[in-house]
Amino acid sequence: MAGNLLVNIAWTHVTTRVRQTLVGMAGVAMGVGFTIMMAGLMEGSQIDFLRQLVDTMPHVTVQDERRAAPVQPADREYGAVQMSNVANVNNRPGIRHPESMMASLRSWLPGDVAPSVRTTAIIDHGGRVGITLIGIDPRLEVRVSKLASQMREGQVGDLQRAPNAVIIGLALADKLAIKTGDTVSLVAGQGTQVSSTVVGVFRSGLKRVDEGQIYATLGTAQVMMGQSGIINELRVRLNNPLIADTIAKRVEGQIGYKSVSWQEANSDLLSSFAVRDFIVLTVMGAMLLTSSFATYNIISTITNEKRQDIAIMKSLGMRETSVRSIFIMEAAMIGLVGMIAGWAIGYALCFGWSQITIYNTLTGTNVPISIYYSPLHYIVAGGISLLCCTGAAFFPARKATRVHPVEIIRGAS
Amino acid sequence: MSEIALQAVGLVRRIEGAVSHTLVNGIDLAVNKGEFVAITGPSGSGKSSLLYLLGLLDAPTDGEVIICGQPTSKLSEDDRAHVRLTKCGFVFQFHFLLPEFTSLENVLLPMRAEGKMSEKDMLARGLDLLGSLGLKDHAQKRPNQLSGGQRQRVAIARALSNRPEIIVADEPTGALDTSSTEQVFGILREIADQGRTVVVVTHDPALATRADRRLHIVDGKIAQTFEGQKLAPEPAVAAPTDQ
Repeated sequence: MAGNLLVNIAWTHVTTRVRQTLVGMAGVAMGVGFTIMMAGLMEGSQIDFLRQLVDTMPHVTVQDERRAAPVQPADREYGAVQMSNVANVNNRPGIRHPESMMASLRSWLPGDVAPSVRTTAIIDHGGRVGITLIGIDPRLEVRVSKLASQMREGQVGDLQRAPNAVIIGLALADKLAIKTGDTVSLVAGQGTQVSSTVVGVFRSGLKRVDEGQIYATLGTAQVMMGQSGIINELRVRLNNPLIADTIAKRVEGQIGYKSVSWQEANSDLLSSFAVRDFIVLTVMGAMLLTSSFATYNIISTITNEKRQDIAIMKSLGMRETSVRSIFIMEAAMIGLVGMIAGWAIGYALCFGWSQITIYNTLTGTNVPISIYYSPLHYIVAGGISLLCCTGAAFFPARKATRVHPVEIIRGAS
Repeated sequence: MSEIALQAVGLVRRIEGAVSHTLVNGIDLAVNKGEFVAITGPSGSGKSSLLYLLGLLDAPTDGEVIICGQPTSKLSEDDRAHVRLTKCGFVFQFHFLLPEFTSLENVLLPMRAEGKMSEKDMLARGLDLLGSLGLKDHAQKRPNQLSGGQRQRVAIARALSNRPEIIVADEPTGALDTSSTEQVFGILREIADQGRTVVVVTHDPALATRADRRLHIVDGKIAQTFEGQKLAPEPAVAAPTDQ
């Protein structure tokens, strides 16, 4: 069967029913357009959130602990041995030989590494708030975090300007009415208390960080812990944050200490994203499926109107599958043009949304709506739509072409 | 001895249902190549049903249709379609032309469906056929721009386009005025004279006299056959038994 003939008939059918064809195309275009917009919005907001999250924390954190209890010498020596109530030797906390470990990691890491001391304390400035105190090396910290760019007042280097200087989050500063230059009291768990000068304020955008984390020098943090020279955390920043999981495993394999990627640290959040993605995909699929109902209606109408033509084509010797393919091609034509129009609508909607800013009451700033432009959105939305359209046409086309030509010819006569 | 183009052996077409209904009841028939056969009979006698069976538009409940020596009862639906496309040409009471296509495009339809000829050759043949039926100037017109007679002539051109051995026509003049009827019947006669087999169902006894043979169908059976000199008189038959 000459394919050109079938295409020609299909093209003639869709072009002689301009209004119906346009309605069908509009349905597909709207479905594709809004799906692209929704995908861009959802993925944009997700990427924006993750970027904020990734910027705020190290990509890999090496902690001074191990995932499993160390293997006992007896276990190593004997094949079968039972031990109970084994107490580990109470080693001094902290990572051993941090400088040599960092040097070793720097030799292959696609990024950089810096030491830090993490401890908890209470900040007292009229009110008392429990915080996480992070001791950093200001010179190295700028290589492994975005703290420098998050500074709203002062600079990271100011930590070395005054004894026991601290940089605090904007939300904490607001909560305790602290201003740059104020003196606050830091109280450690062991009872150690130091007076600190606030030399800067930062804003990461994450409330729990801005309200519960402060930075000091390594020395101040070591004093608060009562452990001079201790380094209990190595902070790694990678050129590509997406490979953090792989790097964390390699680091842990090399140095033995527990290494946590940002993905592992936020696994609960990421799994909730997976659920959200599933919901979004379901909604988008439903939108595309709904839009294909317009095509179903049009093909049903055309096949009903064309019952006589179908009978004649069959009586002339055209096969049922060939006649059926005419109507499926018609749906594909409607779907194809609708898809291209939908791409344009989707892009325009995404662009329109990206021009809008929303006032964030938490941060007090106008935040632009994040849109993620991805060719994949266009390919997936268009592909599914095309598939739905041709699928929607299949059933009315099959029903119509199964009609016995004699019935139609007799009816017309 | 003449070559048989179309043969029916014990042809039966029954509609099963709450009440069974026999449309064609054991017809045996052989039509020679180049023969013009007219089928007449009262309404509901089964003449159109017989024609649809002979043209493979319908499948018999029992019996066999042999087209150009090829038995067809065991053919698949697709193979039957292919036989229709290559060996049979259909003309119906109504033209049944595709309304969105021009006369020429309608004539080209079977050729394009077969896809064996080049586009150039198809166009040449299509124009040639339309010209031979006096429609050369109407090649680019759509069916709604043609008169009833012209439409039916386009339908005949379409039926002839694949050079079929057999032309099957179901009351081709039923919706035409007298002059168009004469013209269409004349064309069918010419087609037969050129060596093609023509089987026509008609209500018009006068037209049937122009055939080589007339089969009169009553209740799904051949009641009478008229040939040669006996074609002229209208047979005295029982009142129509509408089914």
